[in-house]
Amino acid sequence: MDFVAILSIFVLACFVGYYVVWSVTPALHTPLMAVTNAISSVIIVGALIAGAAAGSPVAKWLGLAAVVLASINIFGGFAVTQRMLAMYKKKDRPAAAAKH
Amino acid sequence: MEHATAGSSFAALAYLIAGVCFILALRGLSSPTSSQRGNRFGMIGMTIAVVTTLVTHVPLQAVGLVLTDPSGVVASTGPLFERIDWLTVLEILAAIGIGAVIGISTARRIAMTAMPQLVAAFHSLVGLAAVLVAAAAYLNPSAFGIADLVVPLIGPPFAVIHQVSRIEMGLGVAIGAITFSGSVIAFLKLNGNMGGKPILLPGRHVLNLGVLAAILLLVAYFTQDQSPWVFWTITALSFAIGFLLIIPIGGADMPVVVSMLNSYSGWAAAAMGFTLHNSAMIITGALVGSSGAILSYIMCRAMNRSFLSVIAGGFGADSGGASGGAAQVDRPWKRGSAEDAAFLMSQAEQVVIVPGYGMAVAQAQHVLREMADKLKAHGVRVKYAIHPVAGRMPGHMNVLLAEANVPYDEVFELEDINAEFAQTDVAFVIGANDVTNPAAKTDKSSPIYGMPVLDVEKAKTVLFVKRSMGGVGYAGVDNDVFYRDNTMMLLADAKKMVEDIVKSLD
Repeated sequence: MDFVAILSIFVLACFVGYYVVWSVTPALHTPLMAVTNAISSVIIVGALIAGAAAGSPVAKWLGLAAVVLASINIFGGFAVTQRMLAMYKKKDRPAAAAKH
Repeated sequence: MEHATAGSSFAALAYLIAGVCFILALRGLSSPTSSQRGNRFGMIGMTIAVVTTLVTHVPLQAVGLVLTDPSGVVASTGPLFERIDWLTVLEILAAIGIGAVIGISTARRIAMTAMPQLVAAFHSLVGLAAVLVAAAAYLNPSAFGIADLVVPLIGPPFAVIHQVSRIEMGLGVAIGAITFSGSVIAFLKLNGNMGGKPILLPGRHVLNLGVLAAILLLVAYFTQDQSPWVFWTITALSFAIGFLLIIPIGGADMPVVVSMLNSYSGWAAAAMGFTLHNSAMIITGALVGSSGAILSYIMCRAMNRSFLSVIAGGFGADSGGASGGAAQVDRPWKRGSAEDAAFLMSQAEQVVIVPGYGMAVAQAQHVLREMADKLKAHGVRVKYAIHPVAGRMPGHMNVLLAEANVPYDEVFELEDINAEFAQTDVAFVIGANDVTNPAAKTDKSSPIYGMPVLDVEKAKTVLFVKRSMGGVGYAGVDNDVFYRDNTMMLLADAKKMVEDIVKSLD
């Protein structure tokens, strides 16, 4: 891909991001931050490439360290988002009513 | 990066699908009912991205004859064949495994009140990972397909990194380093390891601007000279500016800071995506970058302060307790007991609860929900009113109330509930202060003038839970609500007070 093609994807994605994020309900802003945290760790792609490449041992170990950091974020970020989202409940659900 | 083989166009397609999954993940957050599905899309997208990378970048090991000429220079252009380097595969899987164990165990254990710290800590990891990846790309550019191998007449061959890639790499490492060090400071402040008060260095604006200018100049110079000192100086200066930028910002401005760092972590990912020509990283970077920027904007608007004034820092630094508290000390106010509060609320038709950071500190959300349940049993209608900047991060109060099993349809945002205070019998303010201060509407000289506030004083009675009369809010201004005829101050620890009210309601 040439630079202009990539730049096009980037610019369009910024617009998509703008509209998608404005539609997020304020009640879910904390989960939004947690999940954006998790997905920004897609940087693990770069870390995996560095970790798999032969040629420079230092670069490889930097890559592996980055894989650990990004994995913490990915697993931790998605897990904590899941935990938070599971807590949001609506009023008067049948399950809640059954307690009475 | 590579030639358009069937393999690489498959990979490009897979990364695009991953990017679309991430868009759907955020899209799902438009309502709590679709949010869990959205989160699953996020996980699917990440799995696609990781598996694609693992498959297309299998670590290989050269096996066979390596032909050298008499002087020792490798003469053959490639090995006879390559086989999978299983040791490296194992190392990579171990690295993912270590991350998974740490990540999941942290996510399971963390208390909901500690969520702002956790998010700041996670941001710092993204930043550091970006720095490490950029450094790896700098040290081994051929592996990333961003360099041409130059074979000079004399001396060993060396890699010349593409000029565009140098800019992307320079910006990537700079943003990553700023995200890392800034998030570490934000974490220390939120976690209480470091005082919430702003730390003001003399001449900090000049210093910060100077360092920022130096970083930009060095990134520009990096395109002409790829020597190590340029790369590492950019990295070091960026670490420094991250510290310098966040140190002067006070505790209650952290919602803006955390959002801003969220945005930076996205831009860092995007910059690395440009380096790697990877659409999943670019789409994600743009999404996260805009997400953080919009959240920062929402937070700033909710405080009626410009983004620049928040970033410049120093707000709430001059201890306003002297100016506000002392002048007002002789004004009369009424003190109530838990029994009075319980009686007033049980007789009410509608009670609106206004939680703030103090509720989080006191961990009072669970007992608060118990109180609400008791009131509902008395036939009282209970609602919650959330100010956008209540707490230490966007949506902080909503998560805590959700944790305490408060149904989300009883929780209202400022603009949706503000008109209702006039028809409300009791406004129950717990751990919030500045966000209820009517001075924001009337007093042009007040530092919080123009900030949208919750009109609690319009309720028939205001019950204000506060530790003591002495303390002022973050903005360091006195709150007129304390001294109104319809206000009753409940001076105690928030949790203790609500527990007593619950007992009295029986």
